[in-house]
Amino acid sequence: MDFTIEFDKQQIESIENILQEELIDLGVQSVILMDLAGNVIVNLENGGASHDVYSLAALAAGNYGAVSAMANIIGEQEFSLLFHKGAEESIHFSKVVDDLLLLTIFNKNVSLGFLRLKVTEAIKRIQALI
Amino acid sequence: MALINPKKKEVQVKIVYYGPGRGGKTTNLEYINKKFKKRIQNEMVTVKTYGDRTLFFDFLPFDIGEIKGHSIKVQLYTVPGQVKYNATRRLVLRGVDGLVFVADSMDLRREMNIRSLQNLKENLETFNKSIFNIPLVLQYNKRDLEDEGIPILSVDTLERDLNSRLKAPSFPASAVKGDNVAATMKKIIALTVGSLRKKLE
Ligand SMILES: Nc1nc2c(ncn2[C@@H]2O[C@H](COP(=O)(O)OP(=O)(O)OP(=O)(O)O)[C@@H](O)[C@H]2O)c(=O)[nH]1
Ligand SMILES: [Mg+2]
Repeated sequence: MDFTIEFDKQQIESIENILQEELIDLGVQSVILMDLAGNVIVNLENGGASHDVYSLAALAAGNYGAVSAMANIIGEQEFSLLFHKGAEESIHFSKVVDDLLLLTIFNKNVSLGFLRLKVTEAIKRIQALI
Repeated sequence: MALINPKKKEVQVKIVYYGPGRGGKTTNLEYINKKFKKRIQNEMVTVKTYGDRTLFFDFLPFDIGEIKGHSIKVQLYTVPGQVKYNATRRLVLRGVDGLVFVADSMDLRREMNIRSLQNLKENLETFNKSIFNIPLVLQYNKRDLEDEGIPILSVDTLERDLNSRLKAPSFPASAVKGDNVAATMKKIIALTVGSLRKKLE
């Protein structure tokens, strides 16, 4: 099935607030809420860096799709932790609902454990909205 | 489905270049990237194997200005044409709003064109989409080969093979020379954005 999730202005603002409070205010560089077609729904940055979010989203959608297909081949529904660690910056992916992904870019000042906790919290709050 | 952001008044439209391996999809995007440099803020993204074959996709974001108060961001993608990459082709097709089918005019590629179009039809069906009612433009690429004495299919033959039922707009083209590359792109953008107009009212 193809999908269409439509957001109104108010939903987008509420999602922005959640992502700001849960993630950006705690030192995360950048968050992107996106769909699996590669569309950017919400993007917030902490002002420190500016990334090419459209290209990131296109690649993330492809990457997520490829990793999910690998999971299916070995008999898993999905892999729960998707995380790429760099020397300075890291990327964390998390499924929000079926067709929505939350991409978080953070540096070494933020621990992975803490980030996962906060991402889970943010996702719970977003799920309640949509 | 195109994504409309009512807060930013922005629409993201996904257009995918499809077709047999080595048909010239990536070359189309490379030409557009060069020709319209000013309107393209970011680098073209390509995921290639050795020897320049597309492994996953190419991606080129392109701003076309405003329609009904919304800024339109067109995102051009190519799929990998090689038969073995069908799983990745399907991933790229997800959420597609408009399609360009790039056929290879070389005589030798006649069967490959037909098979690739059939494969497109089947892949769209897995997303409950029909090739008959999605915006679609056909491009008969590599017309320049004729000048080099390489046997190519006539436009009539290509029309009969590929377009007799679809009746989509079609362009003879040369992606290496740039002939009709922009025309193909403009046509698919017009068709795709046209199909969204109602939603933007
Ligand atoms: N003569 C001629 N050659 C072309 C034309 N368009 C593309 N080519 C050549 O054909 C080859 C394949 O082109 P690509 O653009 O990489 O083809 P593709 O459709 O992206 O191929 P895959 O990524 O494998 O699906 C390259 O060597 C191009 O230079 C054309 O209009 N005329
Ligand atoms: Mg290619």
